[in-house]
Amino acid sequence: MIEVEGLTRYYGNFAAVQDASFSIGAKEIVGFLGLNGAGKSTILKVLAGLLMPSAGAVKVGGIDAVESPDALRTKIGFLPEEPPLYREMRVAEFLRWVGQAKGRSRREVYADLPKVIDLCDLGSMAHKVIAELSHGYRKRVGIAQAIIHRPEVVILDEPISGLDPQQIVEMRKVVRSLKEEATVLISSHILSEVAQTCDRVLVVHKGRIVAEGSEDELKSALGQGDTVTLTLRGEHGAVKEVLEASEAAASFEVRDDAEMLSVDVELAEGDRQREALVADLVAAKVGVFGVANTVSELEQVFLRLTKGDDVAPAQEDAS
Amino acid sequence: MRGMLMVARRDLAAYFNNIWGYAVIAAVLIIDGLLFNAFALGDKPKYSAQVIEEFFYFSFGTTTIAAILLTMRLVAEERQTGTIVLIDSAPLRDWEIVGGKYLSAMFVLTGLVAATLYMPGLVFVNGKVSYGHIAAGYTGVMLVAAATASVGTFASTISRSQLVAGFLSTALIVVLLLFWLVAKVADPPLKDVFSYMSLFDRHYRGFMRGQINTEDVVFYLSIVFASLTLSTRFMAARRWR
Repeated sequence: MIEVEGLTRYYGNFAAVQDASFSIGAKEIVGFLGLNGAGKSTILKVLAGLLMPSAGAVKVGGIDAVESPDALRTKIGFLPEEPPLYREMRVAEFLRWVGQAKGRSRREVYADLPKVIDLCDLGSMAHKVIAELSHGYRKRVGIAQAIIHRPEVVILDEPISGLDPQQIVEMRKVVRSLKEEATVLISSHILSEVAQTCDRVLVVHKGRIVAEGSEDELKSALGQGDTVTLTLRGEHGAVKEVLEASEAAASFEVRDDAEMLSVDVELAEGDRQREALVADLVAAKVGVFGVANTVSELEQVFLRLTKGDDVAPAQEDAS
Repeated sequence: MRGMLMVARRDLAAYFNNIWGYAVIAAVLIIDGLLFNAFALGDKPKYSAQVIEEFFYFSFGTTTIAAILLTMRLVAEERQTGTIVLIDSAPLRDWEIVGGKYLSAMFVLTGLVAATLYMPGLVFVNGKVSYGHIAAGYTGVMLVAAATASVGTFASTISRSQLVAGFLSTALIVVLLLFWLVAKVADPPLKDVFSYMSLFDRHYRGFMRGQINTEDVVFYLSIVFASLTLSTRFMAARRWR
């Protein structure tokens, strides 16, 4: 669906994106993960046809972004971080206008509008003036305007920024439901969001794609095992012995906390070793009171990928 | 063309969905009416043709001010509020965006100019006026509206805020107005160039008197063409910056 080869984008002398290459299949949800200023939004704006590439080739559904930008824009629905809304218009009136401005006939827009309003859960707001809506509902109207013309690719730049926890959960549902009809690209600097919503992640750092793949692929490519924190009851020495003998633990660190032991363990072969580790401890009569993730695994991967400039390109790192 | 009409429709609604459009129209009509009553009609006896000529003289100013006020928001406001992304991400050609916005401003200006028809109509009560004179005068007013609105559209296209757009279009129009003064002190051939570029003195006086000269029509339409072409080029260039 999307083919990008050697994409470079300058703002004056500053290279916001350098030599980015990737491809995205139909009906995937792909997250662009990176720190603020990493180049995520620039990549998305080029894909949306808002900016022209300085170099490289960008094709969406076989349409070249430079040769046929207008045709490309019919295939794209774009929601920037701040939803672009005509605040004086009513929701339904606004969506009808956007649908027609994006090339659909009046009849098609009128036919699809109820479905889009339903999908974005805007039924009770359809006849309200946009200026009167809460931030969460404005985001929904923003998504609705991005899909009203039934695009093949929906691009959402920081879709959950500024939303409260309940709105985030609802937004996640909406985003997942978009996958049924379109390829969805999301940019975010919130790791948990990308991990929970996306099938695949492209890590962007200093204008380059430094890694790509699913969460598991990224961890495996970087030799990053799962790390768990165990809360145990038992002798310090005995626990150490069990962990040294266990094939499930690659490395560990034991801390004495009040009446319990707290142990950080890097699992030898990923998440599946969790059960084996607990079984070894129980067999040695060590009381297991808790097993918890130490920190988000993706967070560890991300920090390793973005800690310096000595990061190898994506294709070598994690494919 | 469909895209242009879509943009025009939205912008036209925007004029009347807030107080701005009504305020500009009301203010301009009040000023025009006061000037007509105080100066064009005046308190001394005048020939009807002279009243009409003076009415079109004041209409030049009020129409120009209205064009500046109505066009300053066109693109600059979208840039200020971020809604420019909507039209940028739509499959609209740059000329459709510029043309649609210009069209909406011209629609409002046409309505505004039409609303002044009662003033020359009043002259019929006690005087005798040539319909040709009125038609020629209004042709001039509409050409001035078209030209100044196109300059305003250009200023709005290249500005980040409405205020800057307003100042810029005012400055550009004042420069065009003052060319007749520059022409007075310049030597040939620049004298002829500056004289030709004069927005009012060289090209509008004929319309005030009821004359339509092809040269004047071409001049105003040239400004429209040049301003809208530059606006379109600028809109296209933003994707590469």
